[in-house]
Amino acid sequence: MSTRALPFAIGSAPKRVLPGFGLSLGVSLLFISLVLLLPMTGLFGQLAGLSLAEYWAIISDGRVVASYTVTIGAAAVAALVNGAFGLLLAWVLVRYEFPGKRLLDALMDLPFALPTAVAGITLATLYSSNGWMGRLLEPLGLQVAYTWVGIALAMAFTSIPFVVRTVQPVLEDLPVEVDEAALTLGANDGTAFRRVILPHLWPALVTGTGLAFVRSLGEFGAIIFIAGNMPYETEITALMIFVRLQEYDYAGASAIASVVLFVSLALLLAINIWQGRFIKRLHGGGG
Amino acid sequence: MQRIGDAPAVRRGLILAAVALSALFLLLPLVAIFAQAFAQGMAVFWTNVSNEYTVAAIGLTLFITVLTIPVCLVFGVALAWLVTRFQFPGRRVLQTLIDIPFAVSPVVAGLIYLLLYGRNGWLGGLLDGYDIQLMFAWPGILMVTIFVTCPFVARELIPLMQAQGSREEEAAVTLGAPGWTIFRRVTLPNIRWALLYGVILTNARAVGEFGAVSVVSGAIRGQTNTLPLHLEQLYQDYNTVGAFASAALLALIALLTLAAKAGLEWRAARQEAHA
Amino acid sequence: MSIRLHNIGKHFDVGRQRTRALEPVNLDIHDGELIGLLGPSGSGKTTLLRIVAGLESADPDSGARIRFGDRDVTDVHVRDRRVGFVFQHYALFRHMTVFDNVAFGLTVMPRKHRPTSGEIRARVHRLLEMVQLEQLANRYPAQLSGGQQQRVSLARALALRPDVLLLDEPFGALDAKVRQDLRRWLRHLHDELGFTSIFVTHDQEEALELSDRVAVMSNGRIEQIDTPDAVYRAPANRFVFEFLGDVNHLEGEVRDGVLTCGEARLSVELPDGTEELLLRPHEVRLAQTPTAEARLPVTVTAISPVGAEVRVELEADWLGEPWLATVRHADYEQLDLRRGQRLFAVPRRWHRFPAGQPERAVMATADAA
Repeated sequence: MSTRALPFAIGSAPKRVLPGFGLSLGVSLLFISLVLLLPMTGLFGQLAGLSLAEYWAIISDGRVVASYTVTIGAAAVAALVNGAFGLLLAWVLVRYEFPGKRLLDALMDLPFALPTAVAGITLATLYSSNGWMGRLLEPLGLQVAYTWVGIALAMAFTSIPFVVRTVQPVLEDLPVEVDEAALTLGANDGTAFRRVILPHLWPALVTGTGLAFVRSLGEFGAIIFIAGNMPYETEITALMIFVRLQEYDYAGASAIASVVLFVSLALLLAINIWQGRFIKRLHGGGG
Repeated sequence: MQRIGDAPAVRRGLILAAVALSALFLLLPLVAIFAQAFAQGMAVFWTNVSNEYTVAAIGLTLFITVLTIPVCLVFGVALAWLVTRFQFPGRRVLQTLIDIPFAVSPVVAGLIYLLLYGRNGWLGGLLDGYDIQLMFAWPGILMVTIFVTCPFVARELIPLMQAQGSREEEAAVTLGAPGWTIFRRVTLPNIRWALLYGVILTNARAVGEFGAVSVVSGAIRGQTNTLPLHLEQLYQDYNTVGAFASAALLALIALLTLAAKAGLEWRAARQEAHA
Repeated sequence: MSIRLHNIGKHFDVGRQRTRALEPVNLDIHDGELIGLLGPSGSGKTTLLRIVAGLESADPDSGARIRFGDRDVTDVHVRDRRVGFVFQHYALFRHMTVFDNVAFGLTVMPRKHRPTSGEIRARVHRLLEMVQLEQLANRYPAQLSGGQQQRVSLARALALRPDVLLLDEPFGALDAKVRQDLRRWLRHLHDELGFTSIFVTHDQEEALELSDRVAVMSNGRIEQIDTPDAVYRAPANRFVFEFLGDVNHLEGEVRDGVLTCGEARLSVELPDGTEELLLRPHEVRLAQTPTAEARLPVTVTAISPVGAEVRVELEADWLGEPWLATVRHADYEQLDLRRGQRLFAVPRRWHRFPAGQPERAVMATADAA
């Protein structure tokens, strides 16, 4: 027997079988610290310079509060519309065969792939009073561009893939037997969908809609072109931060940003926990 | 086989609704981009694209993208290897942390970098003493682009590597393969398509990032203007055709991304069918 | 090459809980031996095998030592331990051909030790010939059957000429016929090449048929290690006895040398008190009349005449769980067995494992006829 050199000479038990623990841990921690965590210190540094009263005055300013209302309201509408539209798209893409299906499926990712600024100027052009859509809708009394409807539209456009791509795999995994069992038990299509399919999809649908909502809250590029940006009426919160920055009011921008940051991280955490619970329920607890 | 919603009327109605709404909502904007870009003919489009400032914006965008991708690649692979091949305390926390860029508004992302590295930030102030200016210059744009795009590669790799497990790597270790050989000859061939897709997504987002970049760029024409910022300026100047000429370039990259994704999925599906 | 395991213990931390996977285990395996680790799932057998391979490490600070021959490999990385390891689900490299899979270990050797590509080719072909897969060298693992994949995985493990071959549930995922063939083939290979092997299985028959010695494990402990014959005939304790085959229970009160359980009686030479006796199905004889020593009335509830012997299921009011008896086909015909028939069971012999002395089985013959 030829003995090879022993790389671990004395006493150090080989703790990990696969190589690269130290290297990958080092790279990951370094990166996360430098790119994700270190920049946060700038925000906290800026906030630390504010007294509580000043902080409250900034974030409860009338114009800023109006921007919360516009943002949350439009995002909620966009998320709900996407919930329904996304479910329809996921259903059609999973359950039916038809010419052009692959194309439709590929189209679903367009909002993720298309730069938001491009989406923004395109939607603004389409829905302005002499755009293709605006010309049709305005005679009907529906003004989209430069109103909150336009904001909701832009939000819906950028976040539709979240719903489709979350619901789609769950629907694909639903076995035929579930349909067949419901039908043999005498349920009609509507009842079977409502009582059997929907409860299955519900967790994924809520997750997808939640992600769409979070994304809409923070969206900027796609919205500012179509929003009109009228103070108190069509100003979104992300724009408020931007405006404060252009006024060199760093403290104001930071205070508002901290609200946005806190809300989106809290929502993200809530979605993660909800998802974790749901996975546990499906796979029988444990870990 | 009988499934819910198989009645011809229901089926036709739902397909029609889905196709019509998607055409209106997703396809029409895509068509509009190119229609606007070519509204005054090929020649005008070409003049707009070959404009000195547009070329500079394209150059900067490519430069930023080319630098972003390898950074995200190294980080993505390292993180995916770490969380799928080892058990250690804090593993779940790491996996949650990389989702932060997805949840944070791009404007907020730009802002936190500006606050840290800007002249008033503690680190920016320090660097300013050495005459190093990161904000309102390309390094700032690069940093926020990396922030915004860093989850993509890792997010593609983690579920796949989790599903594949580490048995093949373990087998390679028992056969005496050293670390890099295991990665290169056993792991990489199994994850290369997911890796490629992660890179494509990173590329699409890096090219198109607007909110975060607009906060830290300063938008100086010909110097710190990326293509999305450039098209915004043209649009604000009422040069719609010019704006859409740049938009069409970006939309083309988006379309290539979608095509690449469809191609990779098709490949994966075919491989699965063979296995 | 001999393998000596000394004080191999293992804990797993799951969340805040600490679970014991292995009590400190000691085991000496001789050069050229084929050892089966047999136990139910969760008994620690796979953990022990992976520790021997170096894929897991034993608890530190417990004085655990692993020696291959006179080489202490406790702190040697799995990469340098020179073991052949056959994984439960083969773990073949799915993107490589059969040839490349088998050649992998040779091609990753440090350049100065690596054989030339011609030598590698020759060696791989010899291995493929040995596992009868030469004609499939250019196929991918997904194109092979389970049995073929298992043989590739064996050839891959043998390519580096390991002194120690470790197999984790080698035949677990295969169907009965293929299992049988592969088992015979592995035994043959083992005898021919003379390496030392440990394999893990939960299949009693497989362990008893294949091993030189069997280590029966439960709850992280080795309950008994001995030759298949000894383990089966002289089980060290109740767990081993029950794990190695079907068992009939007889529980009752002994007074003046007679065990009583409902209407059942059996003469035993045991002191007064509660007793539980255990019998294998082949240790139960069926008769039309009771004997002087045994009067155990039973009713036949099911008969399965498939195989070398007839399996008969028996029930009675005094029985908690049905008994199983195996009778020869000749006896079956002579007794003219039918469902619902009332007969008497006569123990040929029985076993008992008194709670106080768990290590020794007491055996007795009760029936002479």
